[in-house]
Amino acid sequence: MLERVNSGLRRIPAWLLYVVLPLPAVWFLYLGLTGGLGAEPIKALEHKLGEFALQLLIAGLAVTPLRRHLGLNLIRFRRAIGLMAFLYVFLHLLTWLVLDVQVLSQIWADILKRPYITVGMAGFVLLVPLALTSNNFSVRKLGPRWRKLHKLTYGAVLLGAVHYVMLVKGFQLEPLIYLGVILGLLALRIEPKKLRRRFARQSAA
Amino acid sequence: MAFRWKNTLTENDVTPEALYLSRRQLMGGAAGLGLATLAGRAGAMEAGLEPNDWDDITSYNNFYEFGTGKSDPANNAHALTIDPWSVRIDGLVDKPGDYAFEDIMKAMSVEERIYRFRCVEAWSMVVPWNGFELADLLTMAGIQSGAKYVAFETLYRPEEMVGQKYAVLDWPYVEGLRLDEAMHPLTLMATGIYGRDIPKQNGAPLRLVVPWKYGFKSIKSIVRITLTDKEPPTSWNIANGREYGFYSNVNPKVDHPRWSQASERVIGGGLFARKQPTLMFNGYEEEVASLYAGMDLGTFF
Repeated sequence: MLERVNSGLRRIPAWLLYVVLPLPAVWFLYLGLTGGLGAEPIKALEHKLGEFALQLLIAGLAVTPLRRHLGLNLIRFRRAIGLMAFLYVFLHLLTWLVLDVQVLSQIWADILKRPYITVGMAGFVLLVPLALTSNNFSVRKLGPRWRKLHKLTYGAVLLGAVHYVMLVKGFQLEPLIYLGVILGLLALRIEPKKLRRRFARQSAA
Repeated sequence: MAFRWKNTLTENDVTPEALYLSRRQLMGGAAGLGLATLAGRAGAMEAGLEPNDWDDITSYNNFYEFGTGKSDPANNAHALTIDPWSVRIDGLVDKPGDYAFEDIMKAMSVEERIYRFRCVEAWSMVVPWNGFELADLLTMAGIQSGAKYVAFETLYRPEEMVGQKYAVLDWPYVEGLRLDEAMHPLTLMATGIYGRDIPKQNGAPLRLVVPWKYGFKSIKSIVRITLTDKEPPTSWNIANGREYGFYSNVNPKVDHPRWSQASERVIGGGLFARKQPTLMFNGYEEEVASLYAGMDLGTFF
């Protein structure tokens, strides 16, 4: 069964994601222009792009645990998922800059003064080198350092979720669910063996 | 015989005027018909204030009792029973008791007030409310001399108010005003919008409107009004006292810890709406600034 799924997946070209995944952004923009996002489309567009970015980041984060624990192989799609996640984070940021805040001086003030924006911005900054090195040339050139560099994803995704938790009013579940899922996916990466070895070393010392 | 009776009625005669006329015509028409006498009341009819569309006002709401999304109230509020409805007025009043909504309406005179409405989230609307002055209601109940504050409470009925199933806030929603704020002629108990009964998502059957304060002070679907001698607790202050003070007057100079209050986006401008500067006391400085004479508005935010 799993074998069949994996071999079926092998027949899907990864480039298809670069065609399909931008479509929601086009759809959101269309809705925003035609009244489909309600009376205040700016925040609605911003939130939709941000939420989809977070979902894609989670999808990227799920690839390794799915393979390790369920044997489902989606590794071929991971680069496309990651790059498309970056696209949505960028569009989310662009909406905030151009349509939402509008005033340049206030943009800087917000980044420095508002912790949830500082956190979101930091997440974006962490993603930039990852997007820039998401190509075969960089993988070859950086060698083992590429893997190390791309561990920054963990930090970026966490910052994205914290950004969401920090911006809502009152006690709301949805951002906490996102944070919980992300923490869970990160926890699955902790290798008990390594941990035990490290612990043994520490107690021996 | 056919055509004996010539129909001279048009859509105009069927649809209530306020609904039929577009907002621009409504304002011009009202002035032309001599209804501008309303303008004599403070801020009732202000030049240049163009009300938002009915659809904007009734589809974009913060009413967490029905969910935290802006369209949740419009989607979920239909479940609310508003008939029968009564308001318990108690505390330091001469005539405490449960007042039926119909009896209140019989005793009060309803008028139209077109007010700016500024949300703490930095968006705003202009709403043509119908309602009566809170002062009239409090006077009817008989304010005792020791009363200094007015506390308000929203209905708690989680089986009809789905948002109350989640601990977003400490239900029921409570709010409060100082007595002089409550007695101010701008302070309204709204029962309608555009001449229609106020929709459930906007706080049916009656809600507070304090136009110089952030929108969350204007508590909806009120079931209890208590006069007290102590400052009453308020829901958002309980949830986060650093961000939401008891006064919560609109003030472009005092930022919310998480965002600037210097400007606001007027709802209805679409995807490319520009922001506009927020006015001190939401533009009602002349009318209400004296209430806060000598107070540090940065401390008493």
